[in-house]
Amino acid sequence: MILPALPALIPLITIIFLLMNFRRREWQPWIGLTGALLQLVLAVYLAVHIKSHGILVLHTGNWEAPFGITLVIDSFSSFMLILTGIIAVSISIYSIEAIDRQRQSFFFYPMVHGLLMGVNGAFVTGDIFNLYVWFEVMLMSSFVLITLGGEKKQLNGAIKYVTLNLVSSMLFLAGIGLLYGKTGTLNMADLALKMSLAENNILLNTSAVLFFVAFSIKSAIFPFFFWLPASYHTPPVAITALVAGLLTKVGVYAMIRFYTLFFVQDQLFWHPLFLWIGGFTMVVGVLTAASQYDMRKILSFHIISQIGYMIMGLGIFTVAGIAGAIFYMGHNIIAKTNTFLVAGLINRVKGSYDLKSIGGLYKTHPFLAILFIIPAFGLAGIPPLSGFFGKLVLISAGFSAGEYVISFVALAVGLFTLFSMVKIWNEAFWKAQPDDKLTEAPKDEKLPFSMVLPVVLLGLLTLTMGFAVKPILSFAMDAATQLLNPHIYIEAVLGNSINPEIQ
Amino acid sequence: METLLAIVIGVLFAAGVYLLLRRSIVKLILGIMLLSHGTNLLIFVAGGLIKGQPQFTPGMTDAAANPTDPIPQALILTAIVIGFGITAFFLALMYRFYKATGTEDLDELKEGERV
Repeated sequence: MILPALPALIPLITIIFLLMNFRRREWQPWIGLTGALLQLVLAVYLAVHIKSHGILVLHTGNWEAPFGITLVIDSFSSFMLILTGIIAVSISIYSIEAIDRQRQSFFFYPMVHGLLMGVNGAFVTGDIFNLYVWFEVMLMSSFVLITLGGEKKQLNGAIKYVTLNLVSSMLFLAGIGLLYGKTGTLNMADLALKMSLAENNILLNTSAVLFFVAFSIKSAIFPFFFWLPASYHTPPVAITALVAGLLTKVGVYAMIRFYTLFFVQDQLFWHPLFLWIGGFTMVVGVLTAASQYDMRKILSFHIISQIGYMIMGLGIFTVAGIAGAIFYMGHNIIAKTNTFLVAGLINRVKGSYDLKSIGGLYKTHPFLAILFIIPAFGLAGIPPLSGFFGKLVLISAGFSAGEYVISFVALAVGLFTLFSMVKIWNEAFWKAQPDDKLTEAPKDEKLPFSMVLPVVLLGLLTLTMGFAVKPILSFAMDAATQLLNPHIYIEAVLGNSINPEIQ
Repeated sequence: METLLAIVIGVLFAAGVYLLLRRSIVKLILGIMLLSHGTNLLIFVAGGLIKGQPQFTPGMTDAAANPTDPIPQALILTAIVIGFGITAFFLALMYRFYKATGTEDLDELKEGERV
């Protein structure tokens, strides 16, 4: 059955259509939007399908499991696929007006779908080398998207972004090489099986550390996050929203997958490390954000801080902890993308991202204030928005697992997040417009419908995740249960080929 | 042979990291290239160096006797192609940066931070 390959194939077909109509610029947004909608519909269908049929597996080219490339969709993957679909649709609508014609006619849409193909591919693959290839597909598209337009500022940010991400890819690849040398397999399920039997020897630890550093760089965790705030504020905000929502979470996804499926031998070392690193990531991100005055920089530092919560969930390593991390990821992808999109709207009205030179928006655009406050307070964790429940699940999982320090840190960081969001609120919405800092040309006061629509939709989703928390949380619980019982995954992939004596 | 190659890999990584820390972007790219070569060699060595015949060739008498594992070579081939594409992109990026700023000194990047 071809179903598990479709999440990667649909963007590819979209790219082909986009390139065929490369000269018809006015068609590009619509082809892109169609592709994104198809992707979302497919992702929802897949989630329903695996709910009733169990984990979906495709052995590409009919090569049996440990030999060929296997594509696997379990609950965790399908959850991430739905989120990718949602972001894809919102960005496609938003960018119709928000991305200038120059960029639209120079491969903006093909690159967006290239990025989506890489992200989706990373979520469905069950093979570590294939995961590396999807990471590269995703990175290559993001490199082009971040530099697209070639402004000096963008090139500045891109050099740091490209260099550090390439170093992380090298470490990832080295980890794969060592792991293959030790186990002789690249298939994740087969690895899990072999490593549960293997002695915990040095080469396995080496590659575990290499993977940890590689994914930490990709997901911008505490000592490795410096590329993110240096580059994310440089491209147009639609591009920032896309990469900010998705890319770091792919790193977190890979980390959760690897450290629940097969690097499970040395838990006494890894789990306290995850908790420490998670705590530092939260605190450093949120404190640095407090000192910034550019909206995009504040939000970029908050990405880092919130990655910490997900790592904390992985470190707690109970069903509730992992489910909390998954739910939080869902909440964060939606709310974070949305705050960036709102920042784009503010920039559209005021012509600046600098909080010092804008103000008085509450008076002129009260509707915009509502649009901002939903994702912003969602991020800060105010009930009844989605972030509150994400934090609630994580922190109560932390308390019941006896991890008091990290739970208190998480609570305190929530307060500081609120401080940053209130700061944007005060400066941009409540404060009177500073007269001396009026930007040269007041931009068009009327916001285009296509830019407001995705913000409204994502805002409604944040509300829905808050009000209909039960079904979503139970989905996350299912995913976490699957993750913590790797034998389900292994049996689904390897099937009858598991050696009976090993069982 | 393994020991020798291990030393070579170490030297490649050390040189790559050293070049990454230099100020010139050309050296930065050279550093990335050395790192990727070091990684490729690492996969090659980790896959096991076996003195044997290549698989699936005519005249291969005993298929079970010490065949060389073809997977690491396939992995390296893929990694080389990806590395090639990335290097090409990075060189183009450097050229644009040079055109935009008239310098290839990484210390100039700090100027961009303040903007």
